[in-house]
Amino acid sequence: MEKQKISEKVAQFIAEQFVFDEELSISNDDSLLESGTIDSTGILELVLFLEENFSMSVEDDELVPDNLDSINKIADFVARKNAA
Amino acid sequence: MCGIAGYFKLKGKATPDRELITRMVNAIKHRGPDEFGAYFDNVCSLGQARLSIIDLSTGSQPLCNEDGTIWISFNGEIYNYIELRPELEKLGHVFKTQSDTEVIVHAYEQWGRDCVKRFNGQFAFAIYNKSEQSLFLVRDRMGIRPAFYTIQNGRFYFASEMKSIFCDPSIPRRLDMRALDETFSWWTSAPPRTPFENINELEAGTWIEVKNGEITKGRYWQMDFPESFDYSRPIEDYAAELKELLTDAVRLRLRADVPVGAYLSGGLDSAVITALIRQVDKTRLETFSVTFDDDAFDESEFQKQMAEHLGTSHHTVSCDYKSIAESFPKVIWHTERPIIRTAPTPLYLLSGLVRENDFKVVLTGEGSDEILGGYDIYKETVIRAFWAKNPDSEIRPKLLKKLYPTLPVSGARAKFYLEQFYKSGLEKTGEYYFSHIPRFNTTSKIKDFLTSEARNAVAENDTIMAFGNDLPEKFDSWHHLPRAQFLESKSLLAGYLLSSQGDRVSAANSIEGRFPFLDHRVVEFASTIPPGYKIWGLNEKYVLKKAMLSDLPKEITARVKQPYMAPDSNSFVQKDSPEYITELLSEVELKKSGLFNPVAVSKLYKKCSRFADSHLSFKDNMSFVGILSTQLLHQQFIESFPMPENLPKTAFSVWHDESQ
Repeated sequence: MEKQKISEKVAQFIAEQFVFDEELSISNDDSLLESGTIDSTGILELVLFLEENFSMSVEDDELVPDNLDSINKIADFVARKNAA
Repeated sequence: MCGIAGYFKLKGKATPDRELITRMVNAIKHRGPDEFGAYFDNVCSLGQARLSIIDLSTGSQPLCNEDGTIWISFNGEIYNYIELRPELEKLGHVFKTQSDTEVIVHAYEQWGRDCVKRFNGQFAFAIYNKSEQSLFLVRDRMGIRPAFYTIQNGRFYFASEMKSIFCDPSIPRRLDMRALDETFSWWTSAPPRTPFENINELEAGTWIEVKNGEITKGRYWQMDFPESFDYSRPIEDYAAELKELLTDAVRLRLRADVPVGAYLSGGLDSAVITALIRQVDKTRLETFSVTFDDDAFDESEFQKQMAEHLGTSHHTVSCDYKSIAESFPKVIWHTERPIIRTAPTPLYLLSGLVRENDFKVVLTGEGSDEILGGYDIYKETVIRAFWAKNPDSEIRPKLLKKLYPTLPVSGARAKFYLEQFYKSGLEKTGEYYFSHIPRFNTTSKIKDFLTSEARNAVAENDTIMAFGNDLPEKFDSWHHLPRAQFLESKSLLAGYLLSSQGDRVSAANSIEGRFPFLDHRVVEFASTIPPGYKIWGLNEKYVLKKAMLSDLPKEITARVKQPYMAPDSNSFVQKDSPEYITELLSEVELKKSGLFNPVAVSKLYKKCSRFADSHLSFKDNMSFVGILSTQLLHQQFIESFPMPENLPKTAFSVWHDESQ
C-alpha cells in the first residue's frame, strides 16, 4: 500500500479513536504523545490496529517514538515494514 | 411461535396413540395457545399448538398439500414466503391458504430437502411424506427455533420442547452427566447432547430424515468465513452495505397480521433495530424494557433516552431480587437445562409484560454481538492473540488494561493475577478453543462442588473438545476472530442466548422473538467484513456504529458496552427469599440428586448469604446459580414430572384422523 493511503487510514483511526474534542485536528507531523493524543495503552491499541489492517508484526524494540509518534512516522514505518 | 410434537413409527403400522399426542400438545401449549391441531394415521402422528401470527383465519395446522400426501407441523416464520409463492404457483402448485406454512409444503414438493436453502426465516418443522413413508425434521440456520428428538420404542419422537417427549411415560427421564459437565464448562451442552440421557437436540442448520427404519442426517448451512479479508475496501462501504441489508432484514421481520413491538435494552443493538423499524414503518411503535431495582444492573436511563429519541410508546417491568427468586423455578421448567446466570429470568418477566399488552411478536437486537464482534471474549481473544504473537513481550499484555480499565491492575500483584489469567493457554493459539480458554477455566470452577461419584462419571470426558467435532474444513485457516465467532455462535448463541435466554423464556409467555441480525444474508455478509473493522483497535462493533452514527443519539453509540446481566446469588439470599431455595440446597435434597457435595454447597450458601448485599466473584455466583438450577431441573423433570392431562378432542380445531 502506498504511503499516502496508509497515512489516511491511520489518521482516520486516530481521529476516530483518540480525538474526542471535535475542535482539535491532528496534523501529520504532530507528536501524538506530546499532544496527549495517545497514552501508552493507546499506543498498543494503535499497534493492534496496524497489525490487523496492514498484516504486519511489530516487535517490542520497534515500539519507539521514531516509529510511532506521528502519523507521518507511522506511515513511514508501515511502508518500510511492508516493503521488507 | 408455535409448538410442534409428534412421533413416527420406524417400521410397520399400529393404531395411533391419540391420547399421547394430546398430552404432547398440552405440554407445550404455552408456545401456541390460540389453536391446537392433530393428524393421525397408522404410521405418523403430528401435533401442533399454534400462535396465530400470519393468516389468522386459514393457517391452521397440521396442514397438507393438494392431495393430502404431505403433512406439516411447523413452528416459526418463513419471512420470504410472499416472494416464494408466485414462483411456486408458476411451477403449477395450487394454494388454498395465505399462510407461510403452505409455502413450505409446496416448496418441499418442488425441491425436496433442499427447500430449506430457499427459506429466509426462523423455523423448525416436521414433514410427513405419506407416499414416501418418511418423516423430515429440520431446524433453521442459527438455531432460533428448537427441535428435540429421541428414538425409542420403535418410534422417532420429536417436539419443540423435551417435556413434550416425556409425555410418553415409557421414556426414561435421567440426567446426562456428560451434558452437565459440558454445561459447567461451556454454559451449554454440545448438540445432539441434552441434559437428558437419550434425548437429542437437532443441531442448528441440520436436518434428519427417517425412512424405511433408517435415519439420515445432513447439514445445509453453517457460518463460513473467507481466509483473507479486503482491507482495501474502506470501512464506510462495508457500513453502508450492512445498513442496507439490516434494513431489509427488519422490513421482512415486520411481516405479520398482528402488531409487532420491540425490546429496548439500553444498548446499541436493540437501539439499531428500533431505529430501523422507525425508518421502515413510521406508524406507532411500542417498546418494552426490563428495569432493575439494583442500580448495578439498571439501564433504564438509556432505554428512556432511546424511547424518547424515537418517539415510541414505552413499557417497563421492574425486576428485583424477589421477582427473580420467585420466577426462577418456572424459568428452569422452560429452559429445561441448568443455567449459570439468572439473566434469562428478567427476560421471562419481560415477555410476560409484552403478553399483558396484547402483543405476540417482538423484534430484538440478539445476534449482533456474535456476528459483529461485540463481546469482551472477542476483544480478549484479539488481545491474547496479539500477545501470543510475542509471548515474551513485556509490553503487549498491558493492552489488557484498556479492556478492563476499572480492574485494579495498578497494584503489581493484581496485575500479575490478571495477566496470569489471560496468559493461560497463550501457547494454544492453534487450538480450536483458544478464544474460549478463559471462559472455560472460570466456568469449570463449578465442578469443584460435584460429588466424587459425579466427577468420576465424567472423568473420561474430553470436555474441551465438545464443540471441536465436525468443524468446517477451512476452520484452521481462519483468522482468530472468525474462529472465536464460529465457536461462540455454536455454543453460547445457540445453546444459551437463543434458547434458555431466548425462545424458551419468550415462548413461556406465548411471545415470538424476531432477530434481524440473524437474517442469514446479514450473517453471511458480516462474515466478509474484516476483523479489524469489526473491532477497530479495541472499539467493538465499530462498523455497525459507523453505519448507524447519524440515526442514533451519540450517548448510545459512544457508550461503553455493558454486558446484560441480572443479580445472581443475591436474588436468593434475602430475608424474604422463597423457601424452596433452602430446601433444595439441604443435605436431604442434594443427596436425592447425588450431584453436589452437601458440605461444600452449605459453605457456599452461607458465604453467599453473608454477602447478600454486595458483589461476589463470578465463580461463586455461577456456582450458586448452577447448583440451584440443576437441583430444580432434577426436582421438576426427574423426581416428580408433572404429567400433563389428556386434552379432549373438542379442544382441537384440526383433528384429522386417517388411521384405519
